Amino acid sequence: MENLTHYFAMGGYAAFVWPAYAVALIVLGGMALQSLRAYWRNLRQLETLQQERPGRRRGAR
Amino acid sequence: MNRFANPTRFMRISAAVLPAIGWLTALLLVVGLVLALFVAPPDYQQGESVRIMFIHVPAAWMALFVYANLALASAAGLIWRHPLAEIAAQEAAPLGAAFTLVCLVTGSLWGQPMWGTWWVWDARLTSVLVMFFLYLGYIALVHAFDDPTRGARAGAILAMVGVVNLPIIKFSVDWWNTLHQPASVFRLGGPTIVLSMLLPLLVMAIAFTILFFWLWLVRIRSAIVARKLRSLRLAGADDFAQLDASGGKPAGSYPS
Repeated sequence: MENLTHYFAMGGYAAFVWPAYAVALIVLGGMALQSLRAYWRNLRQLETLQQERPGRRRGAR
Repeated sequence: MNRFANPTRFMRISAAVLPAIGWLTALLLVVGLVLALFVAPPDYQQGESVRIMFIHVPAAWMALFVYANLALASAAGLIWRHPLAEIAAQEAAPLGAAFTLVCLVTGSLWGQPMWGTWWVWDARLTSVLVMFFLYLGYIALVHAFDDPTRGARAGAILAMVGVVNLPIIKFSVDWWNTLHQPASVFRLGGPTIVLSMLLPLLVMAIAFTILFFWLWLVRIRSAIVARKLRSLRLAGADDFAQLDASGGKPAGSYPS
């Protein structure tokens, strides 16, 4: 426990080290999540559209 | 390169490699974070605050690297008028902006304890801030036109002009007086940084690079699918107009 507290204190720089890692996680993680969700949504919509109009599968670019 | 410029072939090949790149990203990030947060030693001057470096420096490298890719894709789009190059350029920009933002914020969080200030208007910090605004300006410009082709072309020119900022950022620490330290990895005479810190730094840098390529592929694929959706819907609207003109009823349900 003592060790853990010591570790998280980061030699007195905890207020700078942890926010830096948190910002990286939030910004890059958020970017990854947003990209993947938009991608999956588009794929789903394309699948629905092609099922509704099977004849169009080849014709459309 | 031309072999991959065909969107159909691009979709097939990228679908095959996407999962592998995703898992490689996750693996490298885990290894890199363990090295950065547990294995790397505290600095003899900066103490534990040096751990910010393992985020800050790779993010800064990515900010430059993504911009170079954005400019190259823009040039290819202008020269060959290839839609895939235009999409690639547009989808790189938000990723580059994200890395630049991480670089700026972590740099600020490192500057306060080490320099005693969150921000100084010196050459290195200001030129990176300018690059952040270049990314945002590019994104705004591309979407500022009703005609997407014109938007892509205007954005491409801005992206290529902005390349002048890359050497300014890289050499700003040598050309002007600054609080920012000079290069310690990519310099003549080899790195001056100790191996136990260089290794986590390089692993994190590779992890960020693969992360970028993974998300870039995901976003390019997403944009291609979105264009396909748009043309399918336009085709649907055409059919509807024809049926409407002939007084017939649409056979199926039409997408909204």
